[in-house]
Amino acid sequence: MQFVKIRFNYLFTSTKGLILVAIAMIGMVTAVWGMLSGPMAELGVREVVVRLLGMKLIQAEREGRIIILYHSIAMAVVSIEVYIITSLLKMKEFFKSAINATITVGYLFAMIFGMGFAYFGHNWAFHGLYIFGLSLIFFAGIILAVALNPWNPEYYVTDKNHAHTKKGVSVERIAFFTMAVATLGSTLFGAIPGSYFGNGFEVFLAENVIRQPHKTYLEDAVIGHLHIMLTLIAVALSLIVGRWLDFKGKLHTVSMHLMWTGTIVISLGAWSVVIVDWAHTIIYVGSVLVMLSALMLVIFGWGKFIREGTAHITKPTIGQKIRALVSDPLKFGPLWQMVFMNFTVSGVGIFMAVKLDEIMRVIPWREERITLTGHWHILSALIATIILMYYGDMVGLKGKVRQWFGWGILVLSDIAFASVTIFELKRLFISEAEQQPLVNTLMILADLGLGMLLVILAMLMIWRLSDLFKKQGRWTEEIDHELSQEVK
Amino acid sequence: MKRLFYSMSLRGGRSSRQSNPLFNGRLLRAFALAMTLALLASCQPVDLNASMPAFDTGADTSQWSFIPAGEFVHGQHNKEAVIDHDYEMMTYPVTTSQYAEFLNASLANGIVKVDGEKIVGFYPGDEYNGGKHEERIEAGDWMLIPLNDPALRLEFDGKTFTVKDGYENHPMTVVSWFGSRAYCDYYSWRLPTEMEWEKAARGPTAGPGSDRPFPWGGEIVRNNANYYASRDPFEDMSSLGSRTSPVGFYNGQTYDGYVTIDSPSPYGLYDMAGNVWQWTADIYDQQHYRYMRGGSKDTYEMDLRIWVRNNAGPTYVSPGAGFRCAR
Repeated sequence: MQFVKIRFNYLFTSTKGLILVAIAMIGMVTAVWGMLSGPMAELGVREVVVRLLGMKLIQAEREGRIIILYHSIAMAVVSIEVYIITSLLKMKEFFKSAINATITVGYLFAMIFGMGFAYFGHNWAFHGLYIFGLSLIFFAGIILAVALNPWNPEYYVTDKNHAHTKKGVSVERIAFFTMAVATLGSTLFGAIPGSYFGNGFEVFLAENVIRQPHKTYLEDAVIGHLHIMLTLIAVALSLIVGRWLDFKGKLHTVSMHLMWTGTIVISLGAWSVVIVDWAHTIIYVGSVLVMLSALMLVIFGWGKFIREGTAHITKPTIGQKIRALVSDPLKFGPLWQMVFMNFTVSGVGIFMAVKLDEIMRVIPWREERITLTGHWHILSALIATIILMYYGDMVGLKGKVRQWFGWGILVLSDIAFASVTIFELKRLFISEAEQQPLVNTLMILADLGLGMLLVILAMLMIWRLSDLFKKQGRWTEEIDHELSQEVK
Repeated sequence: MKRLFYSMSLRGGRSSRQSNPLFNGRLLRAFALAMTLALLASCQPVDLNASMPAFDTGADTSQWSFIPAGEFVHGQHNKEAVIDHDYEMMTYPVTTSQYAEFLNASLANGIVKVDGEKIVGFYPGDEYNGGKHEERIEAGDWMLIPLNDPALRLEFDGKTFTVKDGYENHPMTVVSWFGSRAYCDYYSWRLPTEMEWEKAARGPTAGPGSDRPFPWGGEIVRNNANYYASRDPFEDMSSLGSRTSPVGFYNGQTYDGYVTIDSPSPYGLYDMAGNVWQWTADIYDQQHYRYMRGGSKDTYEMDLRIWVRNNAGPTYVSPGAGFRCAR
């Protein structure tokens, strides 16, 4: 009994344990539900999985099921970010425990009962518990916002390398706080339409209403909601990576001011989608601020890796600097993914917006849908890879394992994302009649990349699982360890 | 550059280079080779005139199906709707043979004409209402079909259209909304509205299964319809991808060992799911888009659900888009 109790405590009370559980849950859901669509469906794997697990899939409910699936995964990702924030930033122990406990119960309820309701017959108690889970996550968010209160003198900083006001208020903490409050506000843009459409079970995917010239307020709210939530998850991650890498100095000051203002502007822009036609202009302004902030983090981080990696060399050559930059894929990787995001997500999004009438609205609606879904699937997956690389660092991967794990994630995921990006935009350079060989190649590369990524994740999870059976496994070292201790 | 490579390959610390897969030359070479091969494989040309099995489905392409006035279940969320008039719709999509006949007749009497690399016909234009992203559709000659699209299943010698071998009983594709409308108009018919199309696919309200997602019922298997990777005898996913099947192919017959399931709609229409998207008549306020229904050979089965809509500008043509008429 003690054996179970002690490990249960590790998994559900320590930061690294909680993150491990959430990653394992996401990994399982991704592995199983990934077999229901795309090439797996083409190969007939979906039928086997559906039969084997006793899923009940009603054709008219596909969109509703997918919405619950997306929310289940997203809630676990949000939880991981919250665990990291509560472990990286100073806050009262009570708040930390309350936030982590509430959000853990919340995402597990949302995921388990949500997926149970959506895919395994309609048990209405499950639906209620799914909503209860989502509500708990919202309440955890409120507590987090309170705990992050940057104007609490306990959290004032004096270090001149850490951006702060004259009074001592940490600008970084303001950015975290702004992100948390903006997230809470943005949830309403999903929750309110969700209550309206969901109660009548008239759900829709945003990409399916994109060409309607007149959308209702609630339809616009859903479009705003999905964009801003993903953006805020990315903003939170950018802040987290900055803290992990001990972002400081002048760039930190500018970056953090850009981040909190950008977060406000971009949130207001996404919210105003409901009421004004020119909301995208506000969003562009906010995006520029946020992306500039992230760029400063990248400049800081890469400069730091080069400095540290060449500290022993008097006059390092360009090659030595590059080698120092890429010597640790788990540190270089997250920042690279932020840069890569511009080619596969931001750049594509801007191109689509600029060439909307000229190119995107000439192709049929169902093809425009592919570009839209590919666009945000890549962003979500990029976020996941950054989290995985940070996790690889926090569990102390070393030597060759660290190199293979890091480069494996980086190379495989980027091949997959690049392939999906070309797939999204294929109509720009190939006709429908002649596309199949290209589509086949891109699908193989994308599936190989993502499939191997899941294999790497599975290996990591198996290692962590086996470690749990050891008396003095790595988990014993992690049980009381906080991420703030590892900032360097 | 030379200096860069030199410093990366020779002067670096031995241990870091050995453990870093990025600097493992053999791995890099293998990776580059694999990528090159993959890209080369994707550059192979597609033979759009490759041979294809020919099957006689026994479909009478002049046949019409009667749809009585009345209620039906509309859309994904099963709203009650009503159509207050009886009407008929073609039992099968218009075939390439039928379209070639139309082109030859209408060219001869000057209703349509050759304009460079396309066949054009007059369209009286739409009212422009300044909607967001709305484009003007003025009165004038608009493209019915392009003549230079390699996916077109018709051949034109400057005077007469003929059908490429094997495609006689396949649905007409690479035809614009204007081309579809012109065909129906020529015979004093019309394109069906979206609601008419949906009622024809879904059947009457009365009776079990009136909320069916597919014309034949609640579920779909590969032998019901021609959709992406449905493994029908016409597709070759290694090069050509999915191709159209003859109209009425999914009628319960077995073709050279390939067993089909008889999959008509409740009113007896075939190919109401898959094979080709079908243009519909509606022109909506503040939109230049025209809507298509039914999914196609190029879409996953989710797009074959009765309520799924697709749209594009009226000049859009595709090897996966055709039409049928109503009267």
